[in-house]
Amino acid sequence: MAETQHHEHHHHHLMSLQTHLKVFVALVILTVLTVVAAQFHFGVFNTFIAIFIATVKATLVMGWFMHLKYDGVMNRVIFAAGFFFLLLFSVVCLLDIYTRINPRA
Amino acid sequence: MSIAKEGEVHHFAHHFDDADHEYESTKQGVWLFMVTEVLMFGALLVGYLIFKGLYPEVFEQGGDTLNWKLGATNTVVLIFSSLTMALGIYYIRIDDRKKALLNLGITLICGFIFLGIKYIEYSHKFHLGIFPGKYFHAEGFMPDAPLYFSFYYMLTGLHGLHVVIGMGLIAWIMIRVARGTYSSSYWTGVEGVGIFWHLVDLVWIYLFPLLYLVG
Amino acid sequence: MATSHAGENYINHEKGLWSWLTTLDHKRIGIMYMISVMAFFFIGGMFALAIRLELFSVGKTIVEAQTYNQMMTFHGTIMVFMVIVPGLPAVFGNFFLPIMIGAKDVAFPRLNLLSWYLLMLGATIAVSSMFFGGVDTGWTFYTPYSIKGSIGVINMTLGAFIMGMSSILTGLNFIVTVHKLRCPGMTMNRIPLFIWALYSTAIIQVLATPVLGITLLLLVAERVLGVGIFDPALGGDPVLYQHFFWFYSHPAVYIMILPALGVVSELITTYSRKTIFGYKAIAYSSIAIAAVSFFVWGHHLFVSGQSEVAGILFSFITMLVGVPTAIKVFNWVATMYRGSIQLKTPMLYAIGFMFVFTIGGVTGIMLATVGMDVHFHDTYFVVAHFHYVMVGGTLFALMGAIFHWLPKMFGKMHNEAMARLSFVFVFIGFNVTFFPQFILGSLGMPRRYFDYLPEYEPLNRISTMGSWVIALGFIVGLITIIHALLKGKQAPDNPWGSTTLEWQTKSPPVFHNFDSTPSVNGGPYEYR
Repeated sequence: MAETQHHEHHHHHLMSLQTHLKVFVALVILTVLTVVAAQFHFGVFNTFIAIFIATVKATLVMGWFMHLKYDGVMNRVIFAAGFFFLLLFSVVCLLDIYTRINPRA
Repeated sequence: MSIAKEGEVHHFAHHFDDADHEYESTKQGVWLFMVTEVLMFGALLVGYLIFKGLYPEVFEQGGDTLNWKLGATNTVVLIFSSLTMALGIYYIRIDDRKKALLNLGITLICGFIFLGIKYIEYSHKFHLGIFPGKYFHAEGFMPDAPLYFSFYYMLTGLHGLHVVIGMGLIAWIMIRVARGTYSSSYWTGVEGVGIFWHLVDLVWIYLFPLLYLVG
Repeated sequence: MATSHAGENYINHEKGLWSWLTTLDHKRIGIMYMISVMAFFFIGGMFALAIRLELFSVGKTIVEAQTYNQMMTFHGTIMVFMVIVPGLPAVFGNFFLPIMIGAKDVAFPRLNLLSWYLLMLGATIAVSSMFFGGVDTGWTFYTPYSIKGSIGVINMTLGAFIMGMSSILTGLNFIVTVHKLRCPGMTMNRIPLFIWALYSTAIIQVLATPVLGITLLLLVAERVLGVGIFDPALGGDPVLYQHFFWFYSHPAVYIMILPALGVVSELITTYSRKTIFGYKAIAYSSIAIAAVSFFVWGHHLFVSGQSEVAGILFSFITMLVGVPTAIKVFNWVATMYRGSIQLKTPMLYAIGFMFVFTIGGVTGIMLATVGMDVHFHDTYFVVAHFHYVMVGGTLFALMGAIFHWLPKMFGKMHNEAMARLSFVFVFIGFNVTFFPQFILGSLGMPRRYFDYLPEYEPLNRISTMGSWVIALGFIVGLITIIHALLKGKQAPDNPWGSTTLEWQTKSPPVFHNFDSTPSVNGGPYEYR
């Protein structure tokens, strides 16, 4: 069946030991950075900073540990779709809540 | 693709063309499943963020009661376990079964450490009377405080459940590795469980700062 | 590849009940879904008839108000979660998706069997709520009412959660199957339109259902622990529950209708004996509907206390759904134009579908307009609208699909006259039942109540009588099917002269679907 369709994947990328360790070190440094950033009070921005650093860390995990960087386009699209629809859900829910009159506020 | 040097040669299911076809299909299935996990956890986090915005003081007070040192320790434990999980796959793929088992074993132990620390945190809270929802009877909190802790328990509880499931899966593939099922020519199962375990890590990467630090 | 022996097919390949319960064959799993969905449909239909009978006269007719509320809830949950959601994708999708793309099976046969068991488990747990005080919340389980009532709601939501998992696994399986298992030459632009529809459905199943999952878990946590997230008394927000619920459940409406649109595309082109008009437009409009479906859930919240900004936004986006849907209808009409139309039963159902679905769709646009919705909200107008789409749409397509594919699935021909009779009864009964409800709704009769004002009685009586005619139509349909299975003539491989792959194999198909892997070098509908 389908000789032509999926034989382009024959070389599965094998990430080196050093890259694994580098990613790990980066993740630990970013964890320290999150903790340090939380010691300062930037108000609402603390949440955004926390989410930003977490997203950088998540990208490292997804790209390297989960091998998404070396994976096919389709798998990346699939995983990205999950985040896109999550974003959609959160934006609209937040939009409704914050354009509404809150009786208890 | 090379033929397995040791262990049995994997026979792919009849509706696939070859082992590679099966590997790619299975991995895509795993990724689709990960999407559902992201959306499930994500929706809960959206709820958390909404209420955090509505009751900032309540959530700040709640966050202050958490021990960020324990949270940070658990973060490093999970990140380390993610590393050993990835290394487990790495060693399977270069046919070093012993080191693969060692790394998977460390991953499993990290899971236990994570759950142990979580147990310490939970029991401390229960001791203070901080229970979820209507069972909350701790003193000195703002009226809406149970909301924060309900989210805390549900987020960490659901995550903890995934840790337990992930540990079960790791134990299962360790048995299969020991039996020689996986090799440099067939490692689909290890990779799938690995992706799941990394997702568990991924969720915690968001939970830690949002629950423990933004307070 | 092993060629099958003469006369061997998937039905007689293995024998005994156990071989069915442990089968990994997508065709057998499809048949198992078919039997269970029919059983659920029977139960849900009984509740529907009882509801209509209660509404025959003002005041109490056959049951108490509380019983009525529970019957209404069971009718809704059974029909949504156990009949319409699994109906077309799990029955006909399972059976035909692999065959129509020239594959031997779905990508994950074990997962496929697991999703059938999950549906059974979920259905059992959901129905068990009857013994825990019943559920009277309606199928939407709106808070805070659902967290104050009987504990049966826990069973019901847990059951729905498990059925959701079943739905996710089916969707996941279909996506990978479509991506990875197409036979040589079967490019994405050559897959049949039913497959495009199933593919779009599967995307929604995977992306939307997890949010329902967490919603239902939160509801259970709310009921058991009183976490307060959806309870205004504890600082929570009931409207947030509606956001969570409809983020799944509105796309779920398209889980229900998209496969039906796919079936109608197949039927129209086959029985018009003409290449489908606008293949790509129909295919991509399925994806467009799937995408837009995620942006419109707030139109269920127009009068729930959602902010005006969100309401206006959702009202506008909801109307966009009309565009890809209309594209499909216009393309079907264009396909029929100057085709050699054969008014076989499936085609009758397809034409009936176009007629009632258009009414359902146009009234949908009316409801999407936020100003009109304030008037129509929670009236029988809404009930009529979604029954025109769900029953007139999905169930008509389901009936059409049954009579179209029955010869292929079981290798038996049905009695055409009886099948047509079933269509006549269903079509007339359906319109007699639900059209008066549009009028009742616009006159202001609220939905979900056990009683109504005396001036609504005549139209309610007509509606109830209509429900008997529908029931008669389905009974005739069932008799036709059973008659075909027992006494039907042996079906040829391709009785309708169709061009898609499933008709190129034996009736019923052999165990591995094809004796040798097919290879495709053209579009799916090359009739002329």
